[in-house]
Amino acid sequence: MSTSIGVWIAAFLTLGIMSFLYKDNPIYKFCEAVFVGVSAGYWFVVEFFNVFLPKVYDNVGIAVNVLLVQGRVDWFHWSYLLGGILGVLMLLRLVPKIGWISRWPLAVVVGTTAGLWLINYLVSNAMRQIQSTIIPLYVAGDLNATIGSIILVVGTFCGLIYFFFSKEHKGAFGGAAKIGIWFIMITFGASFGYTVMSRMSLLIARMDFLVGTWLGLIR
Amino acid sequence: MKFFDRLLAIDRRIIFLFVIIAVTLPLFSKATLHIEVSPMVKAVYDAVDNLPPGSKVLVSFDYDPASAPELQPMALSFFRHCFSKDLKVVIIGLWPQGPVQANIALEDVFRDPEIKAKNLKYGVDYVNLGYMAGNEVVIQSMGSNIHTTFPADYTGNRTSELPLMKGIKNFDNIDFIYNLSAGYPGTMEWVQFAVDRFQAKLGAGNTAVQAPGMYPYIPEQLVGVLGGMKGGAEYEIIAKRPARAVSYMLSQGVSHAVIIFFIIIGNLAFFVTRGKKKTS
Repeated sequence: MSTSIGVWIAAFLTLGIMSFLYKDNPIYKFCEAVFVGVSAGYWFVVEFFNVFLPKVYDNVGIAVNVLLVQGRVDWFHWSYLLGGILGVLMLLRLVPKIGWISRWPLAVVVGTTAGLWLINYLVSNAMRQIQSTIIPLYVAGDLNATIGSIILVVGTFCGLIYFFFSKEHKGAFGGAAKIGIWFIMITFGASFGYTVMSRMSLLIARMDFLVGTWLGLIR
Repeated sequence: MKFFDRLLAIDRRIIFLFVIIAVTLPLFSKATLHIEVSPMVKAVYDAVDNLPPGSKVLVSFDYDPASAPELQPMALSFFRHCFSKDLKVVIIGLWPQGPVQANIALEDVFRDPEIKAKNLKYGVDYVNLGYMAGNEVVIQSMGSNIHTTFPADYTGNRTSELPLMKGIKNFDNIDFIYNLSAGYPGTMEWVQFAVDRFQAKLGAGNTAVQAPGMYPYIPEQLVGVLGGMKGGAEYEIIAKRPARAVSYMLSQGVSHAVIIFFIIIGNLAFFVTRGKKKTS
């Protein structure tokens, strides 16, 4: 059995959280509160030292300093100043009377994010995926690759038809949509299987910690 | 029929108990499951194995301790593989805890006598540039200049003064990128920014939850993916260094069998009792 106080605390918190599987209880509530509190404190420190200090305080500070000393600033100093001002405007939502001003920086965030992602999604998740689907159905001398190509093309085509709602899903069109929904269901099944595997992996590691690291029953 | 009615009303805590037993008991066994290496894992392994000694590999640690059971074994095998092939490793993190996980993995790998004998030096054979806030914008910025994106490393040394970093300006000087990811920012962002914008060569290790979403990128945008603990175990097998992920596979298999059993029993009970209700 471990003699480390850290291991004992970790074991207590693990068992405390797991006790919720039996039923809600005060020990679970305590462990949950500790987790929330520690997380909030941790993230505050991370954001303060990795975002606020280097990105806002230092950069805006330099820009203000240059402005005061030289009476003018370069373009990149303006970008820091503008960012800093927008950041302050975001905080105005805490003042109900002028809270509407916080919509301006929000609009900048939404606009730049949309612009940034539009091109990337279009290229990576649309154009290149379409390109990857335009493949020869028959691969000479490789039955597995041929079957794989047919499944890929049929699955993509029928899946797209299922999401085409401007025409009633009847006849051959409806049949293709039905095949599409089968492919989608199989995809969901695979995702569910992977999710189970993921959760089991976490449980395995925790149980290994409890019976191995804490209790010392596994060498 | 009463049996099936009882099955449908089974207390979920009994199922939890079965799952915990199924996970725990195999941990005491030395037996291992047969693990077949998938083409997606082999592709990542081959991409690293075919790099000539001295090639530069960028490893992005985009996960935290919550995902360590799945991703840490992948990090260990990958580092071991890189160092045994005399590759130069540059570590970064888009998640704050990522570089810490990297240091833990490095400590473990350096205990290996084969790697220890190489007497690897920080700054020459490997560097940890630490965490940088900004998510995908960091990747975009690295495509232009890694030195301005990461002016200092994890311990505060100037990046431009590290011998390994002197020959690296951007992705053009990186031979392979390996991303260990548990969500956002992660593999999708590396594909969209590093691969599709800067034509970098990328392989990934993902949590099992995330892995199916990455398969469409293979093989054009992504060399391969290690999916969850199974992916980690496959990498350990192909590298002929079975370790933690392989040892956990028996628990994984038994717990899956228990869950499948309960799914079948639950569905069977549902359909039998539904038929009875219809006739009554």
